[in-house]
Amino acid sequence: MDLEHGKKPSAQPSEPCAAQQVEKKLVGLRPILLRASALSATTVAAVVMGLNRQSYTAVVAIVGTRNLTQTFTTKFKDMPAFVYFVIANAIASLYNLAVVLVMRRRLVQGRVQHLVLVHMTDMVIMVLLATGAAAAASMAELGKNGNLHAHWNPVCNKFGSFCTRGGVSLVSSFLGVALMLALNLLSAAANAPRAGR
Amino acid sequence: MAKVHRLISVVLRLAAAAAAAAAAIIMVTSHETTSLFGLELKAKYSHIPSFIFFVVAYAVACAYSLLVIFVPPGSAASRLVVMTDVLMGMVLTGAVAATGAIAEVGRNGNLHAGWLPICEQVHDYCNHVMGALIAGFVALILYFLIIMYSLHVVADPMCPCH
Repeated sequence: MDLEHGKKPSAQPSEPCAAQQVEKKLVGLRPILLRASALSATTVAAVVMGLNRQSYTAVVAIVGTRNLTQTFTTKFKDMPAFVYFVIANAIASLYNLAVVLVMRRRLVQGRVQHLVLVHMTDMVIMVLLATGAAAAASMAELGKNGNLHAHWNPVCNKFGSFCTRGGVSLVSSFLGVALMLALNLLSAAANAPRAGR
Repeated sequence: MAKVHRLISVVLRLAAAAAAAAAAIIMVTSHETTSLFGLELKAKYSHIPSFIFFVVAYAVACAYSLLVIFVPPGSAASRLVVMTDVLMGMVLTGAVAATGAIAEVGRNGNLHAGWLPICEQVHDYCNHVMGALIAGFVALILYFLIIMYSLHVVADPMCPCH
């Protein structure tokens, strides 16, 4: 309307466009906090699942007057999905540690999100984490509920604290995925092509 | 140039919709009945929650791909579409990962948990599920291509001042 009335268009757009507004809000989130939280979430997930083991002893037979006992042990290595989960979380936490250490000065200044290499590897690591978490979650559901049709019995009634610790580790990993998604969005907002770039 | 981008986008989305529909249909049609020691052993996709999630996720992805073709390029809705594309890709990734984990247990069993492998008894069902997983992977790769194409060729996902 102003153009029709003879006003010349101004050299700068009068209000910052949506990407810049979003980026200002997200930069206020202190990306170093996001990165450090993702680091701690993935480390917690990897460590808790890596140290997850439980054993119990039960009487399996009575021979004469003597009880024969057997020890049943379960560790995270018994399930391939949990092994993959630990490996994925370990890779993600090492990557986050590397980014925090190598770019500590740039992170504090808030200038890391403009690096395209960091953005790309962030995406790859996030998807790796997501697949690990999804696979481990489906195995955890199977261990908790079993599957009557395949005659697979649930194991969580016997190994209660193994299941609880596994659940804590899964929650932490899902949190890590959400944080890495937030970091990804921040980088995407920063890398979006703008006028004058 | 914009027309070429639009054409490639539409072709990619149609291919992704077809692949997603194929994955969902292959999984839904997987069932087998055998008898073991006189007991009837039935295997269906609906016995396993991860497989149900797989079917639902891919059906939603197919419908979403077909609907999104009608979004006019360059509008505000097309920027939202890039975001929902990423969301859909993540959901499909989770579905494939969960299904893959359960399929691995079905094939190899897990002696520590006392779970016997079922693939020797229901061999065709296992191959059918493997086919569905492969179709799911193909659809996932196509989704990835769509996202990369939108982000780096067509869109600037958020800013109108391009």
